[in-house]
Formats: sequence, structure tokens, C-alpha cells
Amino acid sequence: MATDTHTARRPVLAVLPRVTGLLNRAVTIALLALLVFWLAVNFVQGPGQFGSVLLIGFTNGALYALIALGYTLVYGIIELINFAHGDVFMWGTMITVSIAGTRLGLDGSQSGIVTFFGVLAAMVGAMVFCGILNPTIERVALRRLRNAPRLAPLITTLGISYILSNAAQFFYGPNYTGVGAILPSNILFLDWPAKSLIVILATIPLLLALTYVVRRTRQGKAMRAVAQDMDAARMMGVDVDRTISFTFALAGILAGAGGTLYVLEITTTRYDLGQIGLLAFTAAVLGGIGNLTGATLGALIIGLIQAFNEGLSWHAPGEQWTTSIVFSILILILVFRPQGLLGQPEADRA
Amino acid sequence: MIDKLPIPRWARRAIIPIIIVPLVVLYPEYYTSLGTSQLIPTLSTAVTMTVFVCMAVGLNMVVGYAGLLDLGYVAFYAIGSYVAGWFASTQFASHSIVFGAVGVQSHAIGIHISIWLLLPVAAAMAAAAGVVIGLPTLRLRGDYLALVTLGFGEIIPQVVRNGDNMFGTGFNLTNGVAGITPIDPMGFRYLHGILPFLPDNFLLTPNLDVWFYRVGLLLVAITVFCSIRLRDSRLGRAWVALREDEIAAAAMGVPLMQVKTWAYASGAFFGGAAGCFYGVYQGGAIPDNFKLYISTLLLAMVILGGMGNVWGVCLGAAVLSYLNQQGLGAIGNTINSNFGTNIEITKYEAGLFGLLIVLMMLFRPQGLIPSSRRKAEFDVVKEEHEAAGVVVG
Repeated sequence: MATDTHTARRPVLAVLPRVTGLLNRAVTIALLALLVFWLAVNFVQGPGQFGSVLLIGFTNGALYALIALGYTLVYGIIELINFAHGDVFMWGTMITVSIAGTRLGLDGSQSGIVTFFGVLAAMVGAMVFCGILNPTIERVALRRLRNAPRLAPLITTLGISYILSNAAQFFYGPNYTGVGAILPSNILFLDWPAKSLIVILATIPLLLALTYVVRRTRQGKAMRAVAQDMDAARMMGVDVDRTISFTFALAGILAGAGGTLYVLEITTTRYDLGQIGLLAFTAAVLGGIGNLTGATLGALIIGLIQAFNEGLSWHAPGEQWTTSIVFSILILILVFRPQGLLGQPEADRA
Repeated sequence: MIDKLPIPRWARRAIIPIIIVPLVVLYPEYYTSLGTSQLIPTLSTAVTMTVFVCMAVGLNMVVGYAGLLDLGYVAFYAIGSYVAGWFASTQFASHSIVFGAVGVQSHAIGIHISIWLLLPVAAAMAAAAGVVIGLPTLRLRGDYLALVTLGFGEIIPQVVRNGDNMFGTGFNLTNGVAGITPIDPMGFRYLHGILPFLPDNFLLTPNLDVWFYRVGLLLVAITVFCSIRLRDSRLGRAWVALREDEIAAAAMGVPLMQVKTWAYASGAFFGGAAGCFYGVYQGGAIPDNFKLYISTLLLAMVILGGMGNVWGVCLGAAVLSYLNQQGLGAIGNTINSNFGTNIEITKYEAGLFGLLIVLMMLFRPQGLIPSSRRKAEFDVVKEEHEAAGVVVG
């Protein structure tokens, strides 16, 4: 490299970051202003519709949060994008349909107590199933690849995702399967969709329990230690393999609970539902991958964006563009703020 | 055994190509004499195989050489097909441009340009898209890069599906879910006058697949040749350096951004050409063909064959595209008729491919025919692993 061209270009290069930085900020502010304006016009045109869309958005967000946390937990500990996680969630919905619909025959006609315990049983069943399935995947396929080149486990999870969705197609058929409207659609005489509120309310204790496990228990401490430095944790006597299995189990349990809540809200499911995982993963990246609060925040934002896009009537692009919008957000976030909204800029780990 | 014989090195290297090349090139002449079993690939399957070999070799440049995981390769296939759709059909009915096209009137509505010209145009447009995808993602690490490509691989098919009314303006870019069909046929319009044995229009020949197969093989030959020459070039060595250790490569003066962008562009180039050819062969550009599944299938081909080894990738692509197109169904039917079972094996195709990917990754990550460099790399990892085991144990 010739030194004279290097020095000649230097002043230009020195100004460049500041200019692009200003430009970035200006574009960001302009886009946000446009978004707020669009929401405001929609609110003025139909406050009632806006309210119900908002509720749908929060419900979607709560569901995505349960899936996104699974991505973020696993990424936090072994830096792996688990492409099979969406399909583990899909199995959670399938197990819920099997227990609540086929086995217990819940369809909304039972009394409140029966419905409550039936749903609880279905949820526990789905949580147990996914809480076993996810660590099994790790044990069988991923543990051997821990020292393999970085892309090997990533590609493996992609393969597992196809196996899981194909297995669901085998057991549950290629068409939509589902349950009746188990939960009432309004509370007493209030005209609020009760099931959405129940989904949001059921998510909160799950998130609190997760926070407790990660922040307060011995196993949670081990998780944080392994996430920070696997070798150092091993030297301090942490059983690394067991901790990683535990993390996968936690992720699976959340996905199972998410599966039950999804079935309560949407009532139908299909073998290819795992694609929702991509939305949830986007949420995890948006919030800052590896960050639990970030994943929840990102999930709420993605849920709201989806609901606004599909539900509002004034100049909304509509459902057929949802994937494109969400992935555009993913790409923009990765390019301009790879650490996400709440993540710390990370040092370059090769 | 063969190593002991007094045969010169070049002759030993030439033995396998001398056997395989005529077998492949002359396939249309002898395949009918192989019997009537449905396991024998038909010519139509063979054409599809050539297309997938081209795409897999293109993807191999990105994944195998440069080590950048690309989960959205189907986007380039879509772009190639739609270039054929736009410039060789009645899609833009307000124009009337005919240039060297086969089988259309000289004042036909729509744009009709010779497919031979469109192949490089499609390749160039796909390469440009590759640069667009590559540029913003250069700063990202491997797995984030994979996600961005996945995102583009989902966005482009959706744009294509919804493109019959772009942004509510009523402008019909892609004709929506129906796709653009029919696309003009291929043929040697001008050469036919000079060399009469070259057909004027493939669709009017007695067995149209024969000529499509020959053109497909020509594309494969060009792709493989370019791939090998690129691998041995300065750029190709830079890709390998990048794959092995990005930081060390940068320290040695490899311009990372440039090299990565070129990897995406060259990979996309051949995907675009193959997509254009396949669109013409199928006679249309249909959005339902462009799914994430195709990207994964192509990735499975590269892995099965052996990342980084052109011949391995060709083999992997030929095997998997044969199974995908015809083989699985034929195997299922054969099993059913011989054992009286009733298994619809094609229903489990996705699961079988998933299983294949997982098993390959676990037990033979270097692929069926590993490249010598990759093989060495995996051996080193194994040795390191064993050494670490000794220390810990």
C-alpha cells in the first residue's frame, strides 16, 4: 500500500464517521417522527379500533417474549442461534391441542374450575414435553459439536428444525389442527377480549420466575458464569455440560408455556408454525441478544409493529408485508446497532 | 494399488474425468436403453440436476470458499427467473421490443430479448443484488450474516408475491401469485441458418429436453471452470484466508470488505444465470418456487458433497436434486410395489433432508469428497480436542 495515497485520503476519512453519524441520527429521528405521525392519525380516525389493535399487539408481544427468551438464553450461554427453537414451540402448541382438546375435550362449555385445571394440565404437559425435548436436542446433536467450526452447530439446528416440523406433520397431519374457544371472549359485561388479557397476565409470573431463577438461584449463577467464560467456570467447579442442559431446559419450558398460551389465543396450529420463531428471534436481536429484559422489550415492539401493520386501516401495508417489514427491521438493526436496543457493544470475540 | 503402477501423475488425474465426462454428455443418447425402471432419471430430471449443480457450485463459492453462511440463496434464483420473465414475455404489454427472440412475431407485444443475452444479464443483476446484500453486512460476524441473508431470502419472494400492485400504484411488476408465464423458448435463431443441425427453437424439436440438457451442461461446465479458476486466483486464496482466520487475513493485508463483497457477487452471479435458465425451461417464473426450503436444500447439497470441493459439491447437488425431483418418489413406489407397503415417502422429504444434514454434521462434517484443505482443518480440530482431553483427563 502506497503511503502517499494513504495520507491524502486521511482527512476525508476522518470527517466521514462524523458525517455518517449525523446522517444516521437525522434519518432515525425522521423515521420515528413519521411513525408517530402515522400512529396518531390512525388513533384519531378510530380510537376504538386502535385500542383493540394495541391489545392484540401486547398479546402477540407476550407470546413472542416467551419464545424470544429461549433464543436469548441459549445464545447468551453458547453463542448459538438455535434454529430449532421455533419448532420446539410448535411442538408445545401440538401437545396443548392433544391434552386440552383431544384428551380432556375442553371447548369452553365446561365450568370455570374444570377449564382452569384443564388448561393448567395442558400447560404443564407442554412445558414438561418441551423442557425435555430441548435438552435432548442439545445432548444428542449439539454437545459433540461444541469444539467444531462455528457454522457446524448452526447448520445442525437447521436440520433439526426440519426433522421436528416433519415429525409434527407425520403425527398431526398437514392441515390446521386446533381446539374450540376454550376461554370466554369477554369478561362479565365488559367488552374486553378476556383471552388476550389472560395471555398477558399468565406471561408475567413466568417472566418473574425466570428472572428469579437466573438472578437468585445457584444454578442461575452457574449459568451466568458459563455465559461469561466457559473455561473459567469449569475451573471453578461448575458442571458446564449440566448448566448448558439446564439452560436448554429453561428455554424449552418457556416455549412450552408459550405454546399453550398461543393455542388459547389463536385456537389453531400447524406443523409449519415454527416459522414464527424467526419473528421471535428478530425480537431477541432487536432488544439485544443475551439480554433478558431486552428480549421482552424487543418482543413487545415486534408484536406491536405486527398488530399495527395488520390491524390499522389508514395506510397500513397489510398482512402480506409483515415478514418483509420485520426482516427489514432485523437487517437495519444488525447493520446500524448490532448490539440491539439494550445490549452493550461487545468486544470482538472471534 | 493404483499408486504403485508406473502411470504418470497427469494420466492418473485424468482417468476419472475421461470416464465420467462422456457418460454425462452422452446421457440423452443412451438413457432409454437403461431399461424402463422409474429409478432411471428422465431427461427432465437431468435438466433440473444441471440447474441445481450450477446453483450449488455458486453457493459453494460463498459458503465453501469464503466461509460465509448464506441462507437466502433462493433470492438469486428468483432474480434470475424474473429477469427472464420481464425481458422475454408479454409482461410489459405497453412496450413492443423484439430482439433476437425465438418463436415470437416481430411486432409482438411485450419485451422479447434473446435468452442467450438474458443469461448474462440475469447473472449480472443477481450479482448486483449480491453486492447490495453483502455491503451492509460486512461488519457482522458469521451467524448474524447468516440471519441477514435469511432475511433477504424471505423478503425477495414476498416482494415478488405482492408485486402486482407496487405500493398501491397499480404498477404490475411481477404479476403477483400467478407469476409471469409463459416465457419465450430458447433456440439458435441465427446459428440455425449457418449450422442447420442446431435447432431454431428447442420447443419444436422432437425431444426438447435434449437441447435444454446440453445447454444446462454447458452452464455447468462454465460454472465449474470459473469456480476452479477463481479458487486458485488471488481472490480465491483471499477467500480461504478469510475463512480460516479473519483477523489474521486482515493483518496480512487482505481487504476484508472487498473480498467478502466479491464472494457474494460471484456466488450470486451463477445463481442468477441458473435461475434464468430454469425459468426458461419451466416456461415461467412462479413465486411458489422460491421458498426457504430451496436455500436449505442447496446448503445440504454443499454440505453433503464437501464444502469447498467443487467436484464434491457437483456430486452432492446431483444426488440431492435427483432425490428431490424424482428419486424419492421412485424409491417409495419401488418399495411399495415390492413389499406391498403403502408409504408416501415424499411426505417425509423435509425430515429426511434434515436428518441427512444432522448426520453429516455429526459424523462426516467434511462431506463425501472433502477438499484437502478442509480435511486437514478437521483433523487439526480433532487433534486439539484429543490433546485437550488428555490434559483434562
